[in-house]
Amino acid sequence: MKPRVFAMFVAPSVLMMLLFIAVPLVSVVVQSFYATVPVYEETEVESCTPGFLTQTCTRERRSVPKLDAAGQPVTTTEFIGLKAYRTLLQPEAAAAAFASGGIAALLSIDFYGALRFTLTFTLITLPLVIGLGLAIALALHEMIRKLRGPLIFASLLPFIITPVIGALSIRWLFIGDGILTAALRAITGLPISMFAQGWTIELLMLTYRVWHAAPFAFVVFYAGLQTLERDALEAAMIDGASRLQRLRSVVLPHLTPLIVFVALIHLMDSYRVFEEVVGFASQAHRISLQFLTFSFLTPDQTGNRAITRAAASSMLTMVGIVILLIPLLLRTWRQRR
Amino acid sequence: MKRILFAAMLMMTPSLAEAACDYQNDVPLQSLTAAFDAWKAVTATMAECGNYRAELDQEFRTKQPAAFAANPSLYQIGGVSNGTLVPLLNAGTIRPLDALVAKYGQNLAPNQLIKIDGKVMAIAMDVNAQHLMYRADILAELGIAVPTTWDEVLTAAEKIKASGKLATPLGATMKPGFDLAQEFVNMFLGFGGTFTKPDNTPSVNNEAGLKTLAMLKKITAYLDPEYLVSESTFVQKQFQQGKIAMANLWGTRAAALDDPKESQVIGKTALAAAPAAMGSKPATTLWWDGIVIAKNITDAQADAAFRLAMQGLSARTVAAAPGAAVWLIKGYVPGKYAKGSIDSANAGAPPYPSTTVMGLMSSAIGERTADFLTGKKTAEATLADIEAAYLTRAREQGLVK
Repeated sequence: MKPRVFAMFVAPSVLMMLLFIAVPLVSVVVQSFYATVPVYEETEVESCTPGFLTQTCTRERRSVPKLDAAGQPVTTTEFIGLKAYRTLLQPEAAAAAFASGGIAALLSIDFYGALRFTLTFTLITLPLVIGLGLAIALALHEMIRKLRGPLIFASLLPFIITPVIGALSIRWLFIGDGILTAALRAITGLPISMFAQGWTIELLMLTYRVWHAAPFAFVVFYAGLQTLERDALEAAMIDGASRLQRLRSVVLPHLTPLIVFVALIHLMDSYRVFEEVVGFASQAHRISLQFLTFSFLTPDQTGNRAITRAAASSMLTMVGIVILLIPLLLRTWRQRR
Repeated sequence: MKRILFAAMLMMTPSLAEAACDYQNDVPLQSLTAAFDAWKAVTATMAECGNYRAELDQEFRTKQPAAFAANPSLYQIGGVSNGTLVPLLNAGTIRPLDALVAKYGQNLAPNQLIKIDGKVMAIAMDVNAQHLMYRADILAELGIAVPTTWDEVLTAAEKIKASGKLATPLGATMKPGFDLAQEFVNMFLGFGGTFTKPDNTPSVNNEAGLKTLAMLKKITAYLDPEYLVSESTFVQKQFQQGKIAMANLWGTRAAALDDPKESQVIGKTALAAAPAAMGSKPATTLWWDGIVIAKNITDAQADAAFRLAMQGLSARTVAAAPGAAVWLIKGYVPGKYAKGSIDSANAGAPPYPSTTVMGLMSSAIGERTADFLTGKKTAEATLADIEAAYLTRAREQGLVK
């Protein structure tokens, strides 16, 4: 292809990427260094609230936001450097926690707690999703033809369900006297409450994500198995390779690029875990990095959003995902050469 | 999320308009309010005038500031309380109502006018407070007197638990965020604390704070173990299903306990003033609910919106739903469901302050207190955390240098 033609083909995508990825990214970086602050002034305000029959009026000094002529709040924007990052990472408190060996103290700082959950969530679900996806793919591959269609459809169902809805339905099965919790209580005779402590909620979240994401791995691996050379398998059989040996020496090497691909997608997907926190209402016990950013963006009871801290936290989230992906990306890059 | 699903949308077309309204409304109007029974009653009356769409949504707290900041505003009428008035007031997105009160407000009582700096900014319709609701039958059977302090509540809870009647005798709104913050605020004020010093710096990490956390922790021993997901509706359902015997719950929820459609404990509950933390002052705050009119709309729209709102705040609403709230509207005769709120007010419960500082403090408390209840942090560390979280916000907003 001529360079000119190539450029013309690529130009629209490059433009889109600049507009919708690069520009917002730069804007987030900039926002994380600047703080916009409303200007408050101290005034004496008389305010009246209703009592019964009479009204209670008080005069008191209050801090009230200054409004301009058009009735908009007056704000000032100033450069704050790394202050937002410091507020998030709390380096002094983190160092103190390290020095005293208190992992619990470190994890009680929002950011590190969220990082811990996000990382374990990602790294525990990854092998489970790949393992389960592979197992289903192999099982269906061996299945007689007639049954394959319906079974593939059934295995794909969890993947089709909207994540939040899936999480909510699992939550309703388990919360309070939910049907499954009631069943567990009846079977074990223990007073089980799945939503009373962090680790049980985390277990539900992990299970839910594996259930939800395994079908994707399955579909990819199943497609890979269709291109497996029968000759190679038969040759291995003639050489006397057992089922396990064939899997290890023929099937898995054939699927390796796909496993890397699924791992890459799953890492990116599960590192931005969010639906589970919302669906399972786990914020008292467990939050993820994405949820941390979201909570900064939610207006507090004065209607303010912590935009600067939200920008800083999303920058840190992005740095994290890049670090996590480097090994896999390096591997792909080496293979290209 | 669950609440979003529950958020009800009411659609009323002019053809459904009943003759009950004083006039026919011809300006299309919309309102965004909370979704409890009092708002259902008020918006239903307003809908009788036609051309009006009510959105009742418990997430209004998050939606309202942005919706009213739009130009033109997405809603003409808003439902607020003394807590949720602050963001709108700070952003300057609601208008003074003095002229409209003079034009349409003949039926308003003076104590309904919410004045900020001399200007009427909102019209109150009811008074609301968290106060004690209890199962009169269970208490009578076990010979327990109605508790007036939190220590008595705990003793009573222990008796009920020991009797084997209920495994979790208490209910409390402990969901992190606004609900949990409100439990803390009530108790902290009850223990005689003041949240901030005159220079806006926090003063939570002190004796009152420690006592508050200790008391909240003691209460959790008698709650459903999943108490960290429980908000008002959750507690209301626990009551309705006969799972709990006592709770300090919003007055606007009282009528639902006798609702034959939902409740299994009809006629068995009674109301009393909120228990005191120390002394005899009930550990609760008085709230009001009311309406505001958006600023970013035309004067004609504002005129129509206020006129319609006055229909909602008329004696017809009270007649239709006398038990839905402790109404401030003319024609209301306090009934059974008003007892808890009125007793609390008469015993000296303070109004919840509509200030920015309080908003920030409540946000910080709501987000930090759970760490103590789950055992992640000590009481001192939690209080220090609340102060730090408050200071971060207050500095970001320029309230503290």
